[in-house]
Amino acid sequence: MLEISGLTKYYGDKAAIEDICFQVNQGEVVGFLGANGAGKSTTMNIITGYLSATKGTVKVDGFDILFEPAKAKARMGYLPEIPPLYQDLSVWESLCFTYDLKKAKQDRKKYLENLCEMVCIDGVKDRLIRNLSKGYRQRVGIACALVGEPPILILDEPTVGLDPKQIIEIRTLIKELAKTRTVILSSHILQEIEAVCGRVVIIHNGHIVADDTPEALAARQMGGSHLALQVKGKPDIVCPLLKGIPGVQNAEAEKNCGENVWRYRLNTGGEDIREALFFVLSDHKLPILELQDLRATLEDVFLTVTRETGIEGGDLDGSNL
Amino acid sequence: MAAIYKRELRSYLVTPSGYVFLAIFYMMAGYYFYGYNLMGATTDFSYLFSSLFSFAVFLTPLLTMKLFSEERRYKTDQALLTAPVSLASIVFGKFFAALTIFETAQAVTLIYLLVIGTKGPVEYGVFFGHFIGMFLLGAALCALGMFVSSVTESQVIAAVGGMGLGLVFILIDSVGQLSQEPVLNRICNAISFVQHYQDFTMGILNIASVIFYLSVTALFLFLTARTLEKRRWG
Repeated sequence: MLEISGLTKYYGDKAAIEDICFQVNQGEVVGFLGANGAGKSTTMNIITGYLSATKGTVKVDGFDILFEPAKAKARMGYLPEIPPLYQDLSVWESLCFTYDLKKAKQDRKKYLENLCEMVCIDGVKDRLIRNLSKGYRQRVGIACALVGEPPILILDEPTVGLDPKQIIEIRTLIKELAKTRTVILSSHILQEIEAVCGRVVIIHNGHIVADDTPEALAARQMGGSHLALQVKGKPDIVCPLLKGIPGVQNAEAEKNCGENVWRYRLNTGGEDIREALFFVLSDHKLPILELQDLRATLEDVFLTVTRETGIEGGDLDGSNL
Repeated sequence: MAAIYKRELRSYLVTPSGYVFLAIFYMMAGYYFYGYNLMGATTDFSYLFSSLFSFAVFLTPLLTMKLFSEERRYKTDQALLTAPVSLASIVFGKFFAALTIFETAQAVTLIYLLVIGTKGPVEYGVFFGHFIGMFLLGAALCALGMFVSSVTESQVIAAVGGMGLGLVFILIDSVGQLSQEPVLNRICNAISFVQHYQDFTMGILNIASVIFYLSVTALFLFLTARTLEKRRWG
């Protein structure tokens, strides 16, 4: 549906992005993750035709953004980082303007009223954009992106600058929209990507450093799955038993957590061995006090891939993650 | 194009910018009409139009200064440039909106014509020569001002730059006369707004002058579109 290949953009001598390649299929919700200044907005601006790439192509349903811009742009709804809304228009006028601009074909009044209801802005329809809060502007921006029913929605940091309640509302809205659309969402907030997206593309200093589902990325990070458990039993008895369970690759005692209670760590290589584990230990009258499935978070993945790539020049700010 | 034209026109009419332009233009036109025509008891509109000619150069940038610089500053150009519309329709939409306000201002002279026409004989050829000349000048100034607005984010620079560039086209024939160099003199006269306005003031519809003004308009509209395009590649 959306095909991006070899996208490179130079500002003077400096490459903002270099050789970005990925594809987005119909119905996917792709999270575009990167630190501030990693090249997310540049990539999105090129995809939507606001900027031109120095090299590379963007194709939307087979239409090249450079050679058939009108057809390509009609298939995408874009919400830039700052919603592009005219301060002197009211919400309703903004929507009408966007409707006319995109030459949408539905019954205008009815269509826009439904849209207002969908993004919950029907209460502020007559207010001027300049008098709206950031959260409402964001909603109006999303509504404008939705006008004309584009099958692809591109949202650049849609929750930046919002309060926690608004963030949850916008996320819920995006999830709702994603049911019937292809969505590309950029963010530097990991939880957001985790909450909304089925696939993550991580960009770092203008290069793609990872592209997979959050689960697969996490599993790859951990090198299989890991279990942590507390058992009332000494390592010399418990460890051999644990190693004997089919599927367990490694088992070791981590630390003593009290009288005769030890914490163990198992590497299972992906199989679910929890049931077998329970029966083996209960057969030997070794009570399990705690069992925990250890998963890598997207944050671990992000930090690892952006560190491992060895791409110079990053100024990763931990507070943004 | 219609959507952009409508929005731009509306923006002139709900913000003070359009009214400030109209008010100053009407004030100046009224002042000179009163001074030259009513007090001077003449049906000759030449004085009025030649005064408005100079004021148009200073006032039109007030209309055009925000056309693109404001869009760029508030990043609303992202909505336009990522919508399925061509650059030409964006440029034309904005140009025609500015021109509409300019012509609304200029149309006040028709009322003066009506007033004077009932009191004495008017040379209609001369009046409409002036009127068409002013119309074409307005189009050229709107295109020129819009071009300056497209190269800067600052409305102040867009306004001052627009006035400066307009002045260049008006004063250039004096530069040619000062230089004593015949070739330079001819070139300066060829691109002078004043020289090409002369025929209109005599009621002559000189096609060369019409084409000159239309060409200047087309050139700056083209340059505006190129500036927008260039920014994408920047």
